[in-house]
Amino acid sequence: MIRVQARTEQSRLMTFASPLLAIVLTLIFGSILFTALGKDPLQALHVLLIMPLSDAYNVSEMLVKMGPLLLCAVGLSLCYRANLWNIGAEGQLLAGALGGSAVALAFGDSESMWVLPVTLLGGIASGMAWSAIPTYLKLKFNSNLILTTIMLNYIALYLLIWAVHGPLRDPMGFGFPESALFSDAALLPVLSDSGRVHLGVVFAVLAALVAWFILSKSHLGFKIRVYGADEPAATYAGFNANGISWFVMLFAGALAGLAGVAEVAGPIGQLTPNVSPGYGYSAIIVAYLGRLHPAGAIVSAVFLAILYMGGDLAQIEMGIPIAVVGMFQGVLLFFLLACDFFIRYRLVSSRETVA
Amino acid sequence: MKMKSLLVGLGLIAGMSAAHAAEDPFKVGFVYVGPVGDLGWSYEHDRGRQELEEYFGDKVETTFVENVPEGADAQRVITQLAKSGNDLIFSTSFGFMNPTLKVAKRFPDVTFEHATGYKRAKNMGTYALRTYEGRYVSGVAAGMLTESNTIGYIGSFPIPEVIRDINSAFMAAKSVNPDVTMKIVWVNSWYDPGKETDAANALMDQGVDVLLQHTDSPAPLIAAEKRGVRAIGQASDQSSFAPEAHVFSVRDDWAPYYIKVAQAVMDGTYQPQDFWGGFQDDMLSLASINDNLPEDVRAKIDATYDKLASGEFHPFTGPITDNKGNVVVPEGHTLTDQELAQVNWYVEGINDQIPR
Repeated sequence: MIRVQARTEQSRLMTFASPLLAIVLTLIFGSILFTALGKDPLQALHVLLIMPLSDAYNVSEMLVKMGPLLLCAVGLSLCYRANLWNIGAEGQLLAGALGGSAVALAFGDSESMWVLPVTLLGGIASGMAWSAIPTYLKLKFNSNLILTTIMLNYIALYLLIWAVHGPLRDPMGFGFPESALFSDAALLPVLSDSGRVHLGVVFAVLAALVAWFILSKSHLGFKIRVYGADEPAATYAGFNANGISWFVMLFAGALAGLAGVAEVAGPIGQLTPNVSPGYGYSAIIVAYLGRLHPAGAIVSAVFLAILYMGGDLAQIEMGIPIAVVGMFQGVLLFFLLACDFFIRYRLVSSRETVA
Repeated sequence: MKMKSLLVGLGLIAGMSAAHAAEDPFKVGFVYVGPVGDLGWSYEHDRGRQELEEYFGDKVETTFVENVPEGADAQRVITQLAKSGNDLIFSTSFGFMNPTLKVAKRFPDVTFEHATGYKRAKNMGTYALRTYEGRYVSGVAAGMLTESNTIGYIGSFPIPEVIRDINSAFMAAKSVNPDVTMKIVWVNSWYDPGKETDAANALMDQGVDVLLQHTDSPAPLIAAEKRGVRAIGQASDQSSFAPEAHVFSVRDDWAPYYIKVAQAVMDGTYQPQDFWGGFQDDMLSLASINDNLPEDVRAKIDATYDKLASGEFHPFTGPITDNKGNVVVPEGHTLTDQELAQVNWYVEGINDQIPR
């Protein structure tokens, strides 16, 4: 008989081996899946996992996709470390996109060098304001943060839809729900000739590094970790619990807001009803895959960006339906999380335990 | 001996060049906003793609990408289609307009066609359907079939195309039933079966007994079938979802246009334009008109179709007054396509306001 036994401490070996094991299992599963569909499995895996990095354009696009995932995930990692279950990155991102767009459009055709910084600040401030609401509700009324942040995601979406149908709609746009294109002064500078990688991606990486420093090197980071691991201990030590909550929530809101404004002032260039394909939700996966560590989030954001792009490429290059791609991606995430099980547990044969 | 090897050699060369021709077909890419299985908008575009492939056989090779979000991803997907060698790319949702235009500028040798938009370039045209024609026939049928004199309209987004069609349906209903009123619910989505069901139920709760929809899922038909009221299918033949309730479906048929454009690009005669197809072009049709309709309704549907298809009648011929009392189409004038693309008023009798 084989049974599960908790490890007395986390296995260091498995911490590193688990993702590798998951990838191997996924490759086996993927090969079976693609062979069953009559597609060359090696080619399919190549298109899904390697091709997104195969040339300058694809790398640049991968970074564009990674930017908002990383910004949201870094903020969420800090929240989750502090035991604050913020599911609201999506809403904060949309609020940032909306607030930033309002600023950018208010400048009109202005060529001033201040347009872009003020636009970005507008987005960041909107994201912070959007995360301040649930934080206040939690600290003041002890409301459930998961519920309030989810609900605010929908409110942000409908606010954005209202804005593109109303005050921010392009007056020359035949009534379609889109804003006018931003002036060049409001657009983030592009960093490459072939693709759309922009300054926002640099901000995302910087944000991850700053968060890493805060979390592992600063006194504040120590307090966040203690507060998350053992709230009574943190209170006993005299840490200001409200201060910690405010800091991580506003930090996450600022980053998600930046992600939103960087989308509209970056690759999209205008406010549309479809700013985010769900980056704020995917960022939850990114944060967990990155083991709630800002540096880990960089790796997992790149990884998820590759997966998403690979899905489109698989359709273009091999005619693999999106549903199959979704299945492959789901299985990969499943194996990744399932293999983490072995960090804390191990399988033993019962004879061994008897002996 | 020599002759034989020469023949073999020639044969090989001929075989090779034939193989080369077969390896190098005209490549056409499609970008869909929904899944091909939505049984509505994207489904019909994909049928158009399949018919295009059937029509040209080996000469044309097609690729599609489904479920493409209308945000930052669209531009990447369209670029990747252009990069992977497609000669002609159809992007089939309004939100792809600016991304398509940006990619069209970067790939001047590729031809782009964007559905339902208004921006064009040297290598980018636009195309749309005269959906108001189908909607007019729907309105006539709804006006005759309603017993509560209340018809319902499930709107997607309050954009000119949808507002125009609401007007078309209402004017048609009014032409056969002076007492008719219309209730409108917006779902802010093109495809959301859950919301569409809710909208259908909300309308039926308010006494609506014929449902029209400007959204793409069959959910409202299913809801109508359950409650025993009538509904009209959108974009594809949706009769199987509501055998009793179904009046008819206004089916989109993109194949004639896709074949025409592909041919023009292959021949080098392509010119970007703003093409609108309707009954006359066989790009809209009435599918599966229900046998359980009263005879007079059936006859009126056929007569209205003929009148529209022949071009004898245009729904937007003046005088038309909006619901605030302004004359929006003067007597003797018929709205041009350009004017039709900017309709932002409700006709007299629609007791509602366009959401702003």
